[in-house]
Amino acid sequence: MADLRVNIGGLELKNPVLTASGTFGYGEEFAPFIDLNRLGGYIVKGTTIAHREGNPYPRMVETPSGMLNAVGLQNKGVDYFIEHIWPRMEAVESPLIVNVSGATVADYVAVCEKLAPIEGIPAIEVNISCPNVKQGGMAFGTSCAGAAEVTKAVRRAFPRTVIVKLSPNVTDIASIARAVEAEGADSVSLINTLMGMAIDVERRRPYLSTITGGLSGPAVRPVAVRMVWQVAKAVKIPVIGLGGIMNGRDALEFIMAGATAVEIGTANFIDPTVTIKVIDYLEDYCRRHDVASISSLRGII
Amino acid sequence: MTDMMIAATVRLSSSYGLLRLSPADGSPLLEAEPGQFVQVLVPDSPTTFLRRPISICNIDAERGELWLLVRDAGEGTRHLINLPAGSVLNIIYPLGHGFDIPEGCRRPLLVGGGVGVAPLLYLGRALRQRGVEPTFLVGARSRADLLLLDELAAIGEVVTSTDDGSYGEPGVVTLNSAFQRPDIDYIYCCGPMPMMKAVARRAVEKGVECQVSLENTMACGLGACLCCVEPTVKGNVCVCTEGPVFNIHQLTWQISE
Repeated sequence: MADLRVNIGGLELKNPVLTASGTFGYGEEFAPFIDLNRLGGYIVKGTTIAHREGNPYPRMVETPSGMLNAVGLQNKGVDYFIEHIWPRMEAVESPLIVNVSGATVADYVAVCEKLAPIEGIPAIEVNISCPNVKQGGMAFGTSCAGAAEVTKAVRRAFPRTVIVKLSPNVTDIASIARAVEAEGADSVSLINTLMGMAIDVERRRPYLSTITGGLSGPAVRPVAVRMVWQVAKAVKIPVIGLGGIMNGRDALEFIMAGATAVEIGTANFIDPTVTIKVIDYLEDYCRRHDVASISSLRGII
Repeated sequence: MTDMMIAATVRLSSSYGLLRLSPADGSPLLEAEPGQFVQVLVPDSPTTFLRRPISICNIDAERGELWLLVRDAGEGTRHLINLPAGSVLNIIYPLGHGFDIPEGCRRPLLVGGGVGVAPLLYLGRALRQRGVEPTFLVGARSRADLLLLDELAAIGEVVTSTDDGSYGEPGVVTLNSAFQRPDIDYIYCCGPMPMMKAVARRAVEKGVECQVSLENTMACGLGACLCCVEPTVKGNVCVCTEGPVFNIHQLTWQISE
């Protein structure tokens, strides 16, 4: 069987398939459908220092080959996660990666400091790219200086693997990637959702309570593949690719464009078993094409 | 996830279809509570990306059938009601928290508006099995939109309202005289949001408990995407996992007497 193992800044994954934050709950929602232990890892909901109620309903509208969401980082806060969620998930072999978000640099640091002592959490993904919150979020991720500032502070606060999740809503994503690499990020993941908008013309109102939201699903995939390709050429750290992956073929596009690992997001909503199907596909592809290691396909374009 | 075959689709009018589904591999149906729902993947419909949440209308254990009452509300649902018998649908079920049947509920009024009548058939059957006598109050815009009247009449008394007066009492369902009956001791409701809020107000006036079934737009149906939230006394909660059925006092509808 082909070697699917990959390494993300010191974190070894048994295969390159992760789940995208905000699309997989805390993993337990999917336990009735799949064996979580088969995943390369799973990235859980965006976590903030304090409880957040998120944005008002309506938060979602289906769009051609995708959806717009404006959830706004609804979560119960890092303390609740540590006290109630982590003990339930600790026994899962696949690494749980926490997605960390904040309105200020101090917020990011505070969450990291709470997670740092938990050795069982090998990595964090720093969200500097959420388009659905008024403060922080994407504001940090759209300038090199902002992205660097958060990365520098988080790097000091969290001793294990730090992945920085990048926004596609920028002019030059490669320069942002280089800025976070320079401040010690172990990896970058991209893309977060593309900012979008849809209007109900009968009611003459936007569909979302926040007017704009984040576009995900296969509609964004070609944009994501292009950005992963650009970033992989610009940095030396491993790149994690995501954006509209619906199956194993799509995942391979990202790997061939330069991604070391991939995240499956919106597809989990349609097929809660999709992650396992992607892993099976990668194994089968390697067998069919006589590929000894998935790494040999990385960045061949 | 289960593959279900369409045994038959009964066209109730140009806008509604009753899909009767059986497990494609002949396996037994899963047990479900009244008020729970399914997530249906719409096959071969390129414009339909997400699954469609549809409430369970009935489970006929003898025939091994799950019934879904589907309204043409767009391309996805239109495609569903036009699929030929023998088509296979991929379904996730049962999902959500259904209707609670409290001890002491003896004469409930089950109020359905339009396609909202769907979960009341299965609920009515469950009530009957417990020796409770349900009364169905069905409202719609006009006669053509009154659905499942014969099926409901086999379980309990059916009274109707139409907005245009073409059948039953004229006017909106919340003005129906059934609300005046003194023996009504519980209200269940499913329908459009303004109607459910008006029914909730009638329940508060009567001093009886009321459960409503919400249909907020959702993506996953599993509690992962957090898109279908409803504000409640506990904050924003997912309609797909905490609901779709809620007691009106859990909601922040600001219903006053």
